Amino acid sequence: MDMAFPVANATAAVLTRVSAAFNAPLARAVVFGVHIDGHLVVEGLLIAVIVFQLTRKSYKPPKKPLTEKEIDELCNEWQPEPLCPPIKEGARIDTPMLESAAGPHTIVDGKEVVNFASANYLGLIGNEKIIDSCVGSLEKYGVGSCGPRGFYGTIDVHLDCEAKIANFLGTPDSILYSYGISTIFSVIPAFCKKGDIIVADEGVHWAVQNGLHLSRSTVVYFKHNDMASLASTLEKLTRGNKRAEKIRRYIVVESIYQNSGQIAPLDEIVRLKEEYRFRVILEESHSFGVLGKSGRGLAEHYGVPIEKIDIITAGMGNALATDGGFCTGSVRVVDHQRLSSSGYVFSASLPPYLASAAVSAVNYLEENPTVLSTLRSNIALMHKELSDTPGLEISSHVLSPIVFLKLKKSTGSPTTDLDLLETITERVLKEDSVFIVTSKKSNLDRCKLPIGIRLFVSAGHTESDIFTLSNSLKRVSASVLSD
Amino acid sequence: MVRLPYSTALTTLFSYGLLFAFGHLRDFFRRIIDSRKPTTNLKDYAPICLGHEDFYTRRLFNRVQDCCNRPIASAPDAWIDVIERYSNDGNKTIHRTSKTSRCLNLGSYNYLGFAAADEYCTPRVIESLKKYSASTCSVRVDGGNTKLHIELEELVARFVGKPAAILLGMGYATNSTIIPALIGKGGLIISDSLNHNSIVNGARGSGAAVRVFQHNNIAHLEEVLREQIAQGQPRTHRPWSKIIVIVEGIYSMEGELCKLPEVISVCKKYKAYTYLDEAHSIGAIGKSGRGVCDLLGVDPADVDIMMGTFTKSFGSCGGYIAASKEIIHHLKQTCPAHIYATSMSPPAVQQVISAIKVILGEDGTNRGAKKLAQIRENSNFFRSELKKMGFEVLGDNNSPVMPIMLYNPAKIPSFSRECLRLNVAAVVVAFPATPLLLSRARICISASHSREDLIKGLEVLSKAGDISGIKYFPVEQEKTTSVEKLKKIQ
Repeated sequence: MDMAFPVANATAAVLTRVSAAFNAPLARAVVFGVHIDGHLVVEGLLIAVIVFQLTRKSYKPPKKPLTEKEIDELCNEWQPEPLCPPIKEGARIDTPMLESAAGPHTIVDGKEVVNFASANYLGLIGNEKIIDSCVGSLEKYGVGSCGPRGFYGTIDVHLDCEAKIANFLGTPDSILYSYGISTIFSVIPAFCKKGDIIVADEGVHWAVQNGLHLSRSTVVYFKHNDMASLASTLEKLTRGNKRAEKIRRYIVVESIYQNSGQIAPLDEIVRLKEEYRFRVILEESHSFGVLGKSGRGLAEHYGVPIEKIDIITAGMGNALATDGGFCTGSVRVVDHQRLSSSGYVFSASLPPYLASAAVSAVNYLEENPTVLSTLRSNIALMHKELSDTPGLEISSHVLSPIVFLKLKKSTGSPTTDLDLLETITERVLKEDSVFIVTSKKSNLDRCKLPIGIRLFVSAGHTESDIFTLSNSLKRVSASVLSD
Repeated sequence: MVRLPYSTALTTLFSYGLLFAFGHLRDFFRRIIDSRKPTTNLKDYAPICLGHEDFYTRRLFNRVQDCCNRPIASAPDAWIDVIERYSNDGNKTIHRTSKTSRCLNLGSYNYLGFAAADEYCTPRVIESLKKYSASTCSVRVDGGNTKLHIELEELVARFVGKPAAILLGMGYATNSTIIPALIGKGGLIISDSLNHNSIVNGARGSGAAVRVFQHNNIAHLEEVLREQIAQGQPRTHRPWSKIIVIVEGIYSMEGELCKLPEVISVCKKYKAYTYLDEAHSIGAIGKSGRGVCDLLGVDPADVDIMMGTFTKSFGSCGGYIAASKEIIHHLKQTCPAHIYATSMSPPAVQQVISAIKVILGEDGTNRGAKKLAQIRENSNFFRSELKKMGFEVLGDNNSPVMPIMLYNPAKIPSFSRECLRLNVAAVVVAFPATPLLLSRARICISASHSREDLIKGLEVLSKAGDISGIKYFPVEQEKTTSVEKLKKIQ
């Protein structure tokens, strides 16, 4: 009782002192007409403490960058892969060596053979007029052009060649490139940029795939040469997509597919393109100088006016028996490439003698259109003769100068297929002196079409050449594929 | 490196600003006028070039179009016939005439003088043309492999000093198709900031990550290497599968040599592979013409992959890669340009074989050694004289490529047209091949230029330089060798 009393007294004293403090003149200040009570001070202090805590940064463990010693250790430990894989046992890299011009008859590894491995469709290898024009060019201009087109590498034969090709096809202008495959993989990135839509056939060859990859556009593939698949892809891409009308859209096809020998149905493609408002890029390397009544390509073959195809590219290393490539289209298309196509601007121009060979080849085609009917009858004869080859079937179009034979029954693994086909071609060369080749693929190629034997028919072949080939092929494939 | 004075930078920026402003103004009025006319674009199709993408082409480049793409009517030798052209609508369209004017050629890549018909090479080329015809129409792995191709691969490997080589038909395609065959996703490519467009394309096409180091700055290269190896791939931090460092022998827009010995030592220390692009340096520099390794005393075995082209010093076309036997074997199986592209034209192959034989002296004369000495002497003489005249010349000694700085966009056409009027064919380069402010004129010296040609060239360049006002440095007064004194020395 005695202790309680002073405690109670002390508590009461503290309480009176605290309430006195609250009632002190400071606590009873009037700020802006608002009466401030003491408890507001306490609340203000609490709010200040809360705000202070919120503004403090949360605790993060301190970031320690790697020390020089640690970087040294990491660099010492790191082991790179070898630059290339070791040589596999039994890998074949020896290709047959030619010792004369690659015409219909040539000398391979010392003996005379019938040559079905060169895309010499019009038989222009060894043509006297072309060789004479080349000799004239060599004596006047030398071999190389020693500079890109922008820096004194434009020689008058280049301008003549561009005008000649544009005249032949019926387009306003054309542009020359110095290498066949660089044409398409420079043209596509010049026109298709990031954000554009490209619909391409899944069987296009590597150069087209590279161009599509470098363009950084969205690429959608449709089933090989299947127009229904193309129509449904186009429909899917444009239906309900309002934005699709503002971005550029392209369809990329080849006229004659190198990987299968099929021919693209251009009239159907043009109809679809006009319906869905796409532009067409047509790769005509193997059909220029071959299809059409006078050799003007796929558009003439189908009777489509050439203006409907926006961009046509072709390599000249096939029917025209020279090297390089060209691209043609409207004036705007061609002019745009002169500054923004990397394979044109940053590379040396085509050697002048090859450009004059191209001019002579186009002249020859204009003057001798009968060479096309010879080619066509050779192709028809080849189809007739090879239609009953044991174990192999023709999977290319009846009009295509590339006759593609694939195995009737694939063994299931591409390597064994390739081995079988290579055995056939080697035996045909060794036993019957006929030079044929299989279609080869690089591991960078994404095309999934099956491989096979690829025969290039030329107008320079005679009927007896074709009979020799068919007899030999039937005999060898019967023996190789039966066991 | 280029030292850009402030006053020049300001005036150049001002000029470009004025040109852009006028260009936009014209575009604005053109849009108003065109909106009244019916449109010529195909209806509902997005235009091939959106308005701003070709702004530079339409408004800036087209006005000076006549300085570019000049056609010639003769071989690209020391003297050429430049075809005269005219335009009726302010350079929008240019037409050819049949008149030509004979000009001194300071623009073509003809370092050893093999561009025109040569007494040893041309008869052999014509013979091979008659034997093999202009093209094989076939890819190398099918039916395009002739005896000439195999001979040239062995000869190139011997010339460069490597065990084996592979041949391709185009220099640009060599870089763009070989780099994807060597490295893929998960690898790292470290390339010099001023590398050529073909290397950039090849690196992009390969799928590997690309990092850039400052031009010729070895300390920065080492820093980038250390950082990348320590950090690994972005986000996953897995180690890189391999690292390739790509440098060039002579950089064509700077005329500089690369610091090859230092690059090799850094790469060896960090176990990175080296890829040397000798497009401009093979055949043109070095005591026996074997390129930058010869000049700087580097053993070819230390460089993993050596690439080069035949367009510049050998007067032909095409490219090669020289490396160890395993790498070449691997490339022959996988390189797309080897498997899918028409093989190199046989007469062009023969031209390279004959040119290399001349350079090595295997044709029985010493013309090769004379040509190499001549180009070295010509380049050093020309460069020192230009510097004495007060021009700002880039590049190292012994390099046959000499850029002269112009900077201002108005000086580009004035210099080029003035030189052409005085019968010298010079090359001017601007954006996008060079940075926007650093436009230049580029001189390429050849072994077929004689001393009189060079003196005439110097005289014309001096006059054109005075008119355009590009002598940014003071003329050396004491040791000025005036043109008259030079003529007297002759």
